[in-house]
Amino acid sequence: MKVSLRINGVSRSADVEPRKTLLDVLREDFLLNGTHAGCEHGVCGACTVLADGEPVRSCLMFAVQADGYEITTIEGLAPAPGELSVIQDAFCETHGLQCGYCTSGMILAAHALLQRTVTPTREDIVEAISGNICRCTGYGQIIEAVEFAAARLRIANTPRPALQADQSIVEAK
Amino acid sequence: MKPAPFDYVRPDSLAQACQLLAADEDARVIAGGQTLVPMLAMRLARPARLIDILRLPELAGIREEKGAVVVGATTRQAQAERDPVIRASVPMLARALPWVGHPPTRNRGTIGGSIANADPSAEIPLVAVTLGAEIMLATTAGPTSMPADDFFVGPMLTAIGQGECVSAVRFPVWPRHRIGTGFFEISARRSDFAFVAAAAQVALDDDGNCVDVALGLGGVADRPLRLDISSLVGTKLDAASVSDAVNAASAGLEAMSDLHASAAYRRRVAGVLCSRTVEQARANAAAKPAKGAR
Repeated sequence: MKVSLRINGVSRSADVEPRKTLLDVLREDFLLNGTHAGCEHGVCGACTVLADGEPVRSCLMFAVQADGYEITTIEGLAPAPGELSVIQDAFCETHGLQCGYCTSGMILAAHALLQRTVTPTREDIVEAISGNICRCTGYGQIIEAVEFAAARLRIANTPRPALQADQSIVEAK
Repeated sequence: MKPAPFDYVRPDSLAQACQLLAADEDARVIAGGQTLVPMLAMRLARPARLIDILRLPELAGIREEKGAVVVGATTRQAQAERDPVIRASVPMLARALPWVGHPPTRNRGTIGGSIANADPSAEIPLVAVTLGAEIMLATTAGPTSMPADDFFVGPMLTAIGQGECVSAVRFPVWPRHRIGTGFFEISARRSDFAFVAAAAQVALDDDGNCVDVALGLGGVADRPLRLDISSLVGTKLDAASVSDAVNAASAGLEAMSDLHASAAYRRRVAGVLCSRTVEQARANAAAKPAKGAR
């Protein structure tokens, strides 16, 4: 069956079996291996992508169902090759990852949250990543990473005169 | 974890979907797929054909009718959670939805899908039974409906027939001013299947007396149950009266026993959770202004 969708802003199409999940099509047909295959039955969240801007589990969606959707994968977040998005960079700075298996899903879940608000509470962050399992970090540094990224985005979006000359990013948090 | 092969059809109309379902007993409906796809992945379900109803315009949308709110079957759980009409008129549903799965599954999972799946511990069927909702069905012979209490027959078992499809859920709206809701559940971890879930809605008059009350219990029996605690009407919903009414209503309750929780545990938790939920609903209603201000 023919499927046409936009992935990271580029129109793509493929001929796929109906039983093939969006996850497998992203990885095998479009070679976007940043989306990770974990449990493949909707428990772990490693395969999280954004469908029309909302985080969804790509293992619980057949590619044929995604026809016409706008899909964002982890490959679509970095502003340019070799660069990192603000959230990706925050994960590195706060040691928000160890083995990295859950990281692409975590970052996309955080990205969707920070698209809606740059002043999330700790509870908002916990709720946003509650569907993503991490077995390395204990989640503390991941929450810290999202808070840090939110603080950076707030500052980046604040007109300069509003900032005190001596105010650092850490204080602004 | 790869599903067995199947045909995939996306009909253009609800009538066509019903015909496709009537013609093939191995056909299954797919909408959000948040329960069906794991079943397919584990090959616990092997339908020959999936009928995708998610894009049918007849099944979308939330509309107000006289004394009710009709929620289209393919309304996403996340969409219902944020919807101003549901928050204002079916507050119990709005309170229950954050307990359903996780944000990413609520972005895909639908209201009608949870109803049709009929998991005994699921939140949306519990709300439907507690409020006395009407399940609207599309059939090859045209639309029909039945009370939620008759619709749920047993675990993952409903009164739905071949060639039929849940089209909407009609939630009654209480014509009262001071309404409060409560919802609690106990599970092994956040958003996992509930061992016991309780939902309550109360209406208070200006003096704080109870004028209407509904209580439902999920996860305990093989389907959601409504408990009769109408003896509380006229009281101030004080802890002793609530506890007595809950004990009387749940006296003959048959609880399930499985590897997660014993029947005795479920019964014990049910009593505590029911009282706590009614109290949450009372406090919620009492916080609203008296004198008929809405």
